[in-house]
Amino acid sequence: MKPAPFAYLRPATLEEALAALAGEQGAKVLAGGQSLVPLLSMRLAAPSMLIDINALPDLGHVTTSHEGDATGVRVGALARHAHVLASDEAAEVQPLVRMALSHVAHPTIRNRGTTVGSLVHADAAAEMPMVLRLLEGSVDVASVRGRRTIPAAELFAGPLESTLAHDEIAVEAFFPALAPGAGVAFEEIARRHGDYALVGVAAHVETDGDTVTRARLGYLSVSDVPVVVDVTAALDDPASAALAELEPVDDIHATADYRAHLVRVLTPRVLAAATDHARSRAGEAIPS
Amino acid sequence: MTTKLFGTKVPRVEDQRFLRGQGRYVDDLLHDDPRLLHAAVLRSPHAHARIVDIDVADVLDVDGVLAVWTYDDLTGPMAEPLPLLIPHPALTHGRTQYALAKDEVNYVGEAIAFVVAVDRYVAEDAVARIRVDYEQLKPVVGIAAARAAQRTVHDDVPDNVGARLEQENGDARAAIAAAPHALVLDLDIERSACTPMEGRGTVARWDPDTSRLTVWSSTQTSTGVRGCVAAKLGLDLAKVDVITPDVGGGFGVKVVHPWPEELLVPLAAMTLGRPVKFTEDRREHFISSAHERAQQHHVEVGFDDEGRLLGLDVEFWHDHGAYTPYGLIVPIITSTQLLGPYKPQNYRVVFSSLYTNTVIVTPYRGAGRPQGCFVMERTMDAIAAYLGKDRTEVRSANFIQPDEFPYEHGLVFQDGRELTYDSGDYPASLAKLKELVGWDEFEDFRAEMAAQGRKVGIGLACYVEGTGVGPYEGAHVHIETSGKVKVATGLTTQGQGHQTAFAQIVADTLGVRFEDVEITTGDTRKMPYAVGTFASRAAVMSGSAIHLASLRAKEKALRIAAEALEASEDDLEIVDGVVSVKGTDAKIDLGTVAVLSNPLRYAFDEASKAATQFSVGDPGKPPVDEDDEPGLEGKDFYSPPRSTFASGMHAVIVETDPDTAEITILKYAVVHDCGHLINPMIVEGQIHGGVAQGVGGALYERMAYDESGQLLNASFMDFLMPYVTEVPTSIEIDHLETPSPLNPLGIKGAGEAGVIPSAAVFAAAIEDAEGFPITAMPISPSELYALRLEHADNSFAG
Repeated sequence: MKPAPFAYLRPATLEEALAALAGEQGAKVLAGGQSLVPLLSMRLAAPSMLIDINALPDLGHVTTSHEGDATGVRVGALARHAHVLASDEAAEVQPLVRMALSHVAHPTIRNRGTTVGSLVHADAAAEMPMVLRLLEGSVDVASVRGRRTIPAAELFAGPLESTLAHDEIAVEAFFPALAPGAGVAFEEIARRHGDYALVGVAAHVETDGDTVTRARLGYLSVSDVPVVVDVTAALDDPASAALAELEPVDDIHATADYRAHLVRVLTPRVLAAATDHARSRAGEAIPS
Repeated sequence: MTTKLFGTKVPRVEDQRFLRGQGRYVDDLLHDDPRLLHAAVLRSPHAHARIVDIDVADVLDVDGVLAVWTYDDLTGPMAEPLPLLIPHPALTHGRTQYALAKDEVNYVGEAIAFVVAVDRYVAEDAVARIRVDYEQLKPVVGIAAARAAQRTVHDDVPDNVGARLEQENGDARAAIAAAPHALVLDLDIERSACTPMEGRGTVARWDPDTSRLTVWSSTQTSTGVRGCVAAKLGLDLAKVDVITPDVGGGFGVKVVHPWPEELLVPLAAMTLGRPVKFTEDRREHFISSAHERAQQHHVEVGFDDEGRLLGLDVEFWHDHGAYTPYGLIVPIITSTQLLGPYKPQNYRVVFSSLYTNTVIVTPYRGAGRPQGCFVMERTMDAIAAYLGKDRTEVRSANFIQPDEFPYEHGLVFQDGRELTYDSGDYPASLAKLKELVGWDEFEDFRAEMAAQGRKVGIGLACYVEGTGVGPYEGAHVHIETSGKVKVATGLTTQGQGHQTAFAQIVADTLGVRFEDVEITTGDTRKMPYAVGTFASRAAVMSGSAIHLASLRAKEKALRIAAEALEASEDDLEIVDGVVSVKGTDAKIDLGTVAVLSNPLRYAFDEASKAATQFSVGDPGKPPVDEDDEPGLEGKDFYSPPRSTFASGMHAVIVETDPDTAEITILKYAVVHDCGHLINPMIVEGQIHGGVAQGVGGALYERMAYDESGQLLNASFMDFLMPYVTEVPTSIEIDHLETPSPLNPLGIKGAGEAGVIPSAAVFAAAIEDAEGFPITAMPISPSELYALRLEHADNSFAG
């Protein structure tokens, strides 16, 4: 369990990091290392170079903005899960971020692992990619060729595969704020506390008074990419609508049947919780 | 008199060191020695294959590689198969592997080549360059495939049966045929493993100046390793020292020896003239260290209207993996300890021990008992359900009664001796357990929970555990002239708190301060005669030996002190290391007694002048009497006639989620009887750890082999050892102390108890919650969900 040989670079500027990445086809970016280092140790990955971005300035931020289209939470590439989880401002602007992060692994992993790293690792069993997708957020990436913003809907290409080009580094994620009259909820079933979930479900519900105007559900671990299903037109049986889009499979921890069953159990629960959340927030926004 | 320490909750003195990261484990040793080399092992990627060719040509090109070994490089005893440690007449087809595979591999993980390099990174790079040409063979995976025997693991074992053993007391089949009621059960237990925090590891250093080999190994038997290393490397035993430093858990897997690396590391150290280290990594531990547990049982039982057993006939199939280095210990224990606290009138048991192309099976904490307990307790519950009786009533009807000890079962136990229980009080244990868990109030609780739409169940399970098996352990007690007491016993320590518990015994027996006692374990330089730490035997065996050796040292101290104080030995007492004449001011320190015990020609300090030739002794007599020895020491051995039998009962209340089928533990209660308690805190710690490990075995852990023999969950990401969040937040414990008549301290072993009834007790509670039989363990929510569907279908069809 020792990595194969690799070159190691710890650049001091983003420009330097991007240049190195562009110049080395076999290079990988190291941030928190919570997924990459075990892969290296098991020799499931053998990059020719690790570009350690932990010394780069100005990437550790968790900031919130309250104006216009940019209302939401911005998370820098070096912000640790624990930092994001601890941010009361972030939790206020977009409560789903904290709801989901509290299920991400364990404190020791959250102390080191980065939220942006988890997003670009693109694990369909991880919480944050699904959350970004459900919230219709985005990731800003940089390369020697310039910067671009990748909407969450275009970020996840396949199992453990994002649409970042090889020479791109994700520098910031954007989780849009929860709009007035909208609510969110999250629940997952894992074998052990903090494990990858057998099934996880998040809901994002928009209401107008007592009416649900839009309802979307995000799923993890029941497909090979994070899946979001719009159930606005299927509120009487949202789980069936979701299952039509999902592909639960057997593995050593659970059968596909059991996972589908959990989708049926969790979907109405989470949808109801998000709807209640929306209504409670509507009540707060307009004091009677 | 000083306060007696035996029986009190003395805090473990070793914890300061362990919790502050000051433990010294094998991997910590020699780490800053620039000459230290590191080993890595090429392991088979196939479960079953012939080795056509091994090409190591590319390996020696790797910068930093010093040597590589394959089977062809081994000579003499090293080229012979590894020892079959515990032969048995019924093990007609025993097989062991070679230190490095010869011609064939029989499980994924079997060692094929051994590389030594300047560091482990380079060694692993080199391993990746070895090219092996395999001819793949079809593997045998799982008990069903082994029984079907359409393929075989070893060509010369055509039915995959390594051993078949039958024992019978009475005529079980006739008794069942004649019984008013009979039931048949088929029961399964899956594989699991010890998975200690520290894997295996060995460091060896050859000293060419003294022609002496020192081996440090993370083992449960340093004397066992020493014997094997000497025999395999052709060294005189006196030239080999084996030292066990701090060990990060064993749970059985480290009693197996010699592991290939325990021989190859010393071989490499001698060959290369430099110290060599092997530290097993976690994946290696999963695929090349031992597993346990997998068995299938077929039970036929006959009983009367009260649920009394009239005849019990059990046949089972035991998966022992690819080789049988540890003989038949696990299935023999299952077959005998299955009986628990009960007395079937007629009992027959027959097992087949089967080869499969998977990792070897050797004892894991509980060592075959969890399976036996599961089978017996499932049978008890089935009888109770059949008769519509309370489950505790059926058990009570079958208990061996307190006045029936010693109780002879008419069977032969794992140590080759009669299965005879020494003592116990099972009705008293059951009464305590019912009280502790609230057995009689449970139906009210069930109704209360049902009203909230919640589903709960209660289960209990009883076990008896043969502990403290022989053949012997010894102890050496040395009182230094400083008054400090140095004690050596040969068995090893892997976290049990021996420094604390053994020092309590010495302090009490000798009359010295607890802080002045230092215990050394597992060092063949200090105590070359020893067996090892397994089978819940350390307290019974070494505890007794230490007590006896302390008595000898005390006897000598009193004799010398009596002379010095001109008093009768009968008038002396030793308190806090001072010998005094009771009721007077006359006294002498034990350290001074130690000075006087060793007549000196040369004084080395002020105190020792008292022992020089012009100061002491009768000039008319030899300085050391004919039947005496210099020094204030005591040495003794303890060898019991047979095992002591500890016992206990567990009960658990679980909640099963009606929607998700998740299983939550609401209450866990333990009544435990290991005779007199040396240190109740340590015993309770053992129970806590055992219960935690049992929760893992019952609800989380399994070895997920696919049909090609690949272990799919060879990491802690997928092998679900419970976290602290999965084990009960509290465990209610009550002790019963039924002393053993077999040893001077009246103690029985406690190390394995906590894990034994887990599968049984959880199966019982889940069955009680769900209302359908649970016949296979472990069980996951996914499996419970599938059972719900199956039984819903059945009830619909019915």
